[in-house]
Amino acid sequence: MPDSLLGKAVIASPLALQGVTVSYDHRPVVHSVDFVTPPGSMSAIIGPNGAGKSTLLKAALGITRRLSGEVRVFGRPLEQETRHLAFVPQRSSIDWDFPARVIDVVGMGLYRDLRWWQFGSRKLRRRAMESLVRVGMEGFAERQIGQLSGGQQQRVFLARALVQEADLTILDEPFAGVDAATEAAIIQVLKSLRDEGRTLLCVHHDLATVREYFDHVLLMNVRRVAAGPVDEAFTEDNLQATYGGRLSPVQLARLVEPTPAGWQAEWQEGTERR
Amino acid sequence: MNEFMVFSLVPLAVSIIISMTCALLGNFLVLRRQSLIGDAISHVALPGIVVSFLITGTLASFAMMLGAGVAALVTVALIELIRRLGRVEGSAAMGVVFTSLFAVGVLLLEWHGAAGVHLDVEHALYGNLESLIWFEGVGLGALVDPAALAELPPQLGRVAWVALAVVAFVIVMRRPLVLSTFDPDFAASMRARPALVDLLLVTLVAVAAIAAFEAVGSIIVIAMFICPAAAARLMTNRLGAQIAWSQCFALLAAVSGYLLAGEAPLWLGFEVSLSAAGMIATVAGLILLAACLFGPCRARTGAAHNG
Repeated sequence: MPDSLLGKAVIASPLALQGVTVSYDHRPVVHSVDFVTPPGSMSAIIGPNGAGKSTLLKAALGITRRLSGEVRVFGRPLEQETRHLAFVPQRSSIDWDFPARVIDVVGMGLYRDLRWWQFGSRKLRRRAMESLVRVGMEGFAERQIGQLSGGQQQRVFLARALVQEADLTILDEPFAGVDAATEAAIIQVLKSLRDEGRTLLCVHHDLATVREYFDHVLLMNVRRVAAGPVDEAFTEDNLQATYGGRLSPVQLARLVEPTPAGWQAEWQEGTERR
Repeated sequence: MNEFMVFSLVPLAVSIIISMTCALLGNFLVLRRQSLIGDAISHVALPGIVVSFLITGTLASFAMMLGAGVAALVTVALIELIRRLGRVEGSAAMGVVFTSLFAVGVLLLEWHGAAGVHLDVEHALYGNLESLIWFEGVGLGALVDPAALAELPPQLGRVAWVALAVVAFVIVMRRPLVLSTFDPDFAASMRARPALVDLLLVTLVAVAAIAAFEAVGSIIVIAMFICPAAAARLMTNRLGAQIAWSQCFALLAAVSGYLLAGEAPLWLGFEVSLSAAGMIATVAGLILLAACLFGPCRARTGAAHNG
């Protein structure tokens, strides 16, 4: 696509996907997905297990090779502009027994700021510590990462993304396997990022909290089902289409209507947590 | 003293250099759970060398190393192929590939061995450390005498270059190396090129294994890629400290193993000496055993909290 033909929305967006397709063994895992991430939004990617949500993120970041499609960052090809993106992988994707301290892991986010002959500087260390303060983990800087709880590990991962000071932070299931207190702490940090004008894009599993946490959604199941502001796209019909009709009417009614707080807590307890 | 200079200095130096080099790379192999790749590559050096002999008819070092290098590439490609096609774990694919190729190598060796060429399985396994004699190394003066130094066995120079390349790689690439070992997806998102780092690491493992194979046989290589680094991991929770420990362990194993091989049988009253390569590998194994029993960081700290 020639740059002159790009829409205003694409040029403003920190991550615009067009026709992104990824396949493993000739089977499409993500098929021709379009999504323009609104700048300054908190967007959720929603879909059942195996819907290709993580794969879409990895393709958007250039980690997984895409078969076709385009990824644009502020209207420019992804390959030139990855500095604008920060990635928080799934916590379970790495070996937490690795011999490293919390501060070492956060320091990995400064990879681009150091050449090979440089050792860290006081300024960079201060940046890493500031990120830890933001997630409330400054007291754990010297701790071996294997000694952390799941929620603490997730906050360290978040700090590693914060230190990159990216325009868009992409998170793969940031709330998986963390307790309610940690979830609240993480969402508070994410909201503070949005208030600074940064954009967030999360793979999210807990349908009950979508309305509370996010302002935009992308519903997908291999293909894009719907996308847009939560009020418009997060509807009963779209959810049924995304989950292949496997959600009960009662569930749906609770999800799509703005619910009283009590109901929400009740729903949350019953939700499957991965 | 002269006797030591002539017969022991070079083998000892080669053992130390090889041990420390392999142990350095071993740190990353152990953390990536890829320790077997060193094992695989040093085993397939045998069929590589035999095939190169069958084709070229010479046992020149260059031809041998080329053969081993090609075999290493074929192995890495086969492992990847089996892993993808058979959908099995990497270590299973490695196990299948290197044992089969090594077996082919043994058969080929026996077949052409009838032709009476000096190349045998023992040589491949424990090398010929004891044959690295420095005939000109008479007296300390030889260490500064260019004529005498020129007569040093060529293996010493070769392993020294390889060691230098490995150290340079680890220093220059330390950040991408750590990043892609710890979290390959994140490394890719930072454009730290984890795939390229992987390839360079495997290439250097192959180069180290082949250089070592020629000088000291495959037993030391296999032991040194795994034992010092695995033992070092049990001593500390810091990567820098782990690397330092692995280097100490490798040095300890090489020196004590070499000396024990020459001396221990005499103490026990036998008039023979043991294979230095075998003894070095044994000491490395004992160090790992001791670290397993007494190392301060034996608990898998992460295990209890995941969930």
